[in-house]
Amino acid sequence: MIHLEDTITAMATPNGVGAISIIRISGNKAIDVADSIFKGKMHITDANTHTVHYGKVVDAQNNFIDDVLLTIFKAPNSYTGEDVIEVSCHGNPLIGQKIIDLLLEKDVRIAEPGEFTMRAFLNNRIDLAQAEAVIDIITSRSDASLRGARNQLDGLLSNSVSILRNSLLDTLSFLELELDFSEEDVEFVAKDELLKKITLIIKKIDELLNSYRFGRVIRDGVNVAIIGKPNVGKSSLLNYLLKESRAIVSSTPGTTRDVIREEISIDGVLFKLFDTAGIRLSEDIIEKEGVRRSNEAIVNSDLVLFVNDVEQGYSEDLYDELRQLTKEDRIITVMNKIDLSSKSDLGDGIKISAKTGEGIDNLIDQMKQSTLGSANYSEKSAIVSNIRHFQCLCSARNSLSDAIVSVNQKYSGEFIAVDLRNAADFLGEIIGEVTSEDVLNNIFSKFCVGK
Amino acid sequence: MSNGYDIIVIGGGHAGIEAAHAGAMMGCDVALITMDRFALGRMSCNPAIGGTAKGHLVREVDALGGIMAGTADHTGIQFRMLNRSKGPAVWSPRCQSDRKLYSEEAYRIISNSPNIEIVEESVVEILAAGGKVVGVSTASGKFINSSAVILSSGTFLNGKMHTGLVSTTGGRYGEKPSLGITESLSRLGFLSARLKTGTPPRLKKTTINWEILEEQAGDDSPQPFSYRTDKSVFPFLPQVSCFITHTDDSVHRVLEKGFDNSPMFTGLIKGVGPRYCPSIEDKIVRFSEKRQHQLFLEPEGLNSDQIYLNGFSTSLPANIQFEALRKIKGLENVEMVRPGYAVEYDYFPPHQVDLTLETKKIAGLYFAGQVNGTSGYEEAAAQGLVAGINAAAKIIGKRELVIRRNEAYIGVLIDDLVGKSTDEPYRMFTSRAEYRLLLRQDNADRRLLKYGYEYGLIDKAIYNELKEREIIISKAVNFCNDTKINANFINAHLNSRSLSEIDSTETISKLCKRPELGLSEVLKFVNTTEENRLFARALMENDLVLEQVEIELKYEGYLKRQDDMIKKLEKYESTSIPLTLNYQSIKALSAEGREKLNKIKPRSIGQSLRISGVTHSDIAVLLVYLKN
Ligand SMILES: Cc1cc2nc3c(=O)[nH]c(=O)nc-3n(C[C@H](O)[C@H](O)[C@H](O)COP(=O)(O)OP(=O)(O)OC[C@H]3O[C@@H](n4cnc5c(N)ncnc54)[C@H](O)[C@@H]3O)c2cc1C
Ligand SMILES: Nc1nc2c(ncn2[C@@H]2O[C@H](COP(=O)(O)OP(=O)(O)OP(=O)(O)O)[C@@H](O)[C@H]2O)c(=O)[nH]1
Ligand SMILES: [Mg+2]
Repeated sequence: MIHLEDTITAMATPNGVGAISIIRISGNKAIDVADSIFKGKMHITDANTHTVHYGKVVDAQNNFIDDVLLTIFKAPNSYTGEDVIEVSCHGNPLIGQKIIDLLLEKDVRIAEPGEFTMRAFLNNRIDLAQAEAVIDIITSRSDASLRGARNQLDGLLSNSVSILRNSLLDTLSFLELELDFSEEDVEFVAKDELLKKITLIIKKIDELLNSYRFGRVIRDGVNVAIIGKPNVGKSSLLNYLLKESRAIVSSTPGTTRDVIREEISIDGVLFKLFDTAGIRLSEDIIEKEGVRRSNEAIVNSDLVLFVNDVEQGYSEDLYDELRQLTKEDRIITVMNKIDLSSKSDLGDGIKISAKTGEGIDNLIDQMKQSTLGSANYSEKSAIVSNIRHFQCLCSARNSLSDAIVSVNQKYSGEFIAVDLRNAADFLGEIIGEVTSEDVLNNIFSKFCVGK
Repeated sequence: MSNGYDIIVIGGGHAGIEAAHAGAMMGCDVALITMDRFALGRMSCNPAIGGTAKGHLVREVDALGGIMAGTADHTGIQFRMLNRSKGPAVWSPRCQSDRKLYSEEAYRIISNSPNIEIVEESVVEILAAGGKVVGVSTASGKFINSSAVILSSGTFLNGKMHTGLVSTTGGRYGEKPSLGITESLSRLGFLSARLKTGTPPRLKKTTINWEILEEQAGDDSPQPFSYRTDKSVFPFLPQVSCFITHTDDSVHRVLEKGFDNSPMFTGLIKGVGPRYCPSIEDKIVRFSEKRQHQLFLEPEGLNSDQIYLNGFSTSLPANIQFEALRKIKGLENVEMVRPGYAVEYDYFPPHQVDLTLETKKIAGLYFAGQVNGTSGYEEAAAQGLVAGINAAAKIIGKRELVIRRNEAYIGVLIDDLVGKSTDEPYRMFTSRAEYRLLLRQDNADRRLLKYGYEYGLIDKAIYNELKEREIIISKAVNFCNDTKINANFINAHLNSRSLSEIDSTETISKLCKRPELGLSEVLKFVNTTEENRLFARALMENDLVLEQVEIELKYEGYLKRQDDMIKKLEKYESTSIPLTLNYQSIKALSAEGREKLNKIKPRSIGQSLRISGVTHSDIAVLLVYLKN
């Protein structure tokens, strides 16, 4: 449901284009929420409207996400007429996504397409002439629910959510039966039975939630940074993976200066490869800039291929640098040029030759394993790939947890029903169905009630 | 005006008497045209008022100034509060009534009202001109004019009763059908459709073997429905019990013999029946795995020799009914006074009325009760009251009364009818109310008395008493939030009840949130100052206040969540849509959304949100459009 009272957020700049991305937050909690993820000279809750603040975005564990500029527009002098915060971060889609994820953990939801403009209109911030345009945005949007699921992926999700919602409605019916038909000689549901049912639904929702990382990979692809010292064969590896000579390869260290971006699809998963400048200390301005960009690529990648030359051996110090910028489980260590080596012990890591292609299959397997995990998703699995669906599932899960608390505290059915109904509503939002009559219909079809 | 009235009410059933009474209280001249003056408020089916969710409706009708609650109090012969083992939101009062006395009491109230004239006639036509109602004509050829007509003719429109394959015309046992009204309304452009309902056989009291049956008595300290009933002299009548028995296989086998001659199964009955009130033959067929069905033997009245067999509604042939009855435990020698029957009747799918119950097509014409597709006395009374108030308000120039879903079951009822329409008889259930925790039978006066007072149906003294009570309630809530209980005082008590002790001090509110502890139990340990002690004692003696405070404290978290939801939706509820909005011209609406909106013509965005088939982008489009 579109709640105009909610605080909403979304990227305000097109995805993945430009050096800077802007994330917009609008609504009466915008300032509080932005403040909670932002570390600057002052709390922006104390700041004036139309001021810009430099600082860092950090997550709940205080991990650094990005340096940002944050602009405050207080109601009514903002684009939407509500309190608005604009966060300008580096133009990498992953950073933007991460910041939005942080916001969604707070009391913020993702904006519906056209919603900022619509709010602007409803708050008299844009004029009548623009009304038509607003309507166009609203109606041209792909309705975010799965009603008439468009592709196979959505179809599977829609199906799973329907099944979950139905079992939730069954559970709810048992409760309602006890409330509205207490005079009837029908069997009522025991508390531990109820807990069992709710727990099972939570488990199923968790499975769907867990598929989200995978779903996002399927939808957005995986960013892979190829990193290593100069001349270890990064560009050669890129070329081999692409099966074309895209990047210049030469025996001169420092050949690659800028980041080269290419895409390959492996088993339906899109890998976005970033070949980078070899990392070493240098006084050369251009090369220094290249290294800075390599570092940025590391921060923004889902996966780092850490390439080493077997002859020179594993580069301990570069690995330590990498660990400053990304997590251990995102790094795949690669030992290259095994065709040249006669050493018997080649060290840890995946051994390949970017020249002969030896070991490349192993590398590809490892890349898949690292991104998709060991989870067993097949073409028949229901997978969440849309952030709004993910959010609805989270909310449904929260409501079910509330329900469990209510059951354990021995609250009577009408209290538990509030939570279960909320959960059913959230699931209904994914598939575009409203709850109201369903419970009674369910009762009438399953139980012999009525005098 | 010699031949005219401010308001005409057609039909003196539960809807009609509330409508007439409300109109009269508001100062209008009312003609209550009904076929039989001694059938006012007659109970067509079971001799009971209230029950789950219906009891809430009765309390709400009372808070608005209606007569159902008081009438039930004066004629009730068994009172019970259902669902007492559950939370307060689903407690529902119910009573067994003396059918005859109920109707007599209704007659007494209506005939004593100086503004109501009871006209014993059958209306055959509703007349309108230029989109406005102008009056009615009757079977005896009279024309009675009025600019406000409330149709509350119940199950009588083209009524047809069935027992086995024998069908007779009539609206109710022994009463004639109403002919002509449906046709006259069809000519005015109204849609009508057919519904069905049924009633069980009546048994002769003295032929039942009571000794072997399970007894179900009323509550030990019965509570009245009405806020205005004097509790010191309540109950007014001697109290009696109901009894319980069951069908079994042998009963079912007999009933099955009649299936070939069932008007239901042979398709003779075309109307749609209520799923929550299935006939016994329906239950056997649809739930064949169920080997027995529970039946209640309910007295029809103190001096009546008839017993109503609740749970055994049927339209099977009379001889089959009789044979099956005798197989039931306790009924081995029973005599059947009258067989059960089904009745089919016309109704007007209720999307044709507005939230005021005025029809959208014809100004001044209101529908209330069974004609809107509901079933049940309470549902009828609630609508009659709202229609009566609105008809009178329009005449005397007061604002219209539209009760919201978050204010009352009455709001849920009417909003459901108008927004969803219905193709089966509609009955109230607590699960229909999304704000169930707030809409309790214990706070109906706090929710609605203000409206009863505003429209002149509730005395100022009663209203003032409530206002004073509200002040005490909020004082008491603050008191409980601020006042702490000392561990020294209460721990011994907590121990004795094997509850966990408190550390040093704890507020009353916090203690009261424990499921095991009642508010008055905690109040005993207030010992900070003399003033506080006195306040606590006074609170303990004020039952009405105590109950409200306790609920507010105990369920605070839940109540707040429901309040928050209301606030969230407030913007939608208060964004109104003109009835004249031309949906066809709004191209951006989805095809289904446009069709539904056009059919229902919602009053507000909130109402549109609840219409199935209207998508969220439709809502967004509407919001933008309305802003223009
Ligand atoms: C057989 C039967 C079984 C039922 N079973 C159930 C049940 O199981 N559960 C349940 O909840 N409800 C049941 N009901 C319904 C319940 O009786 C009604 O819902 C309730 O009485 C409706 O109230 P009302 O005011 O709308 O109409 P009614 O109580 O039906 O009153 C209609 C009044 O209008 C008068 N009238 C009709 N037409 C005209 C006319 N043209 N001119 C003048 N006067 C007219 C009639 O004389 C009557 O007094 C049953 C009703 C019947 C008849
Ligand atoms: N024999 C052999 N030679 C390799 C292999 N991989 C790369 N080379 C050679 O190593 C040299 C460097 O290769 P590049 O791919 O340009 O290395 P790079 O890591 O991209 O270097 P910079 O861009 O300068 O950092 C080239 O001469 C390659 O032909 C390999 O697996 N085997
Ligand atoms: Mg290179």
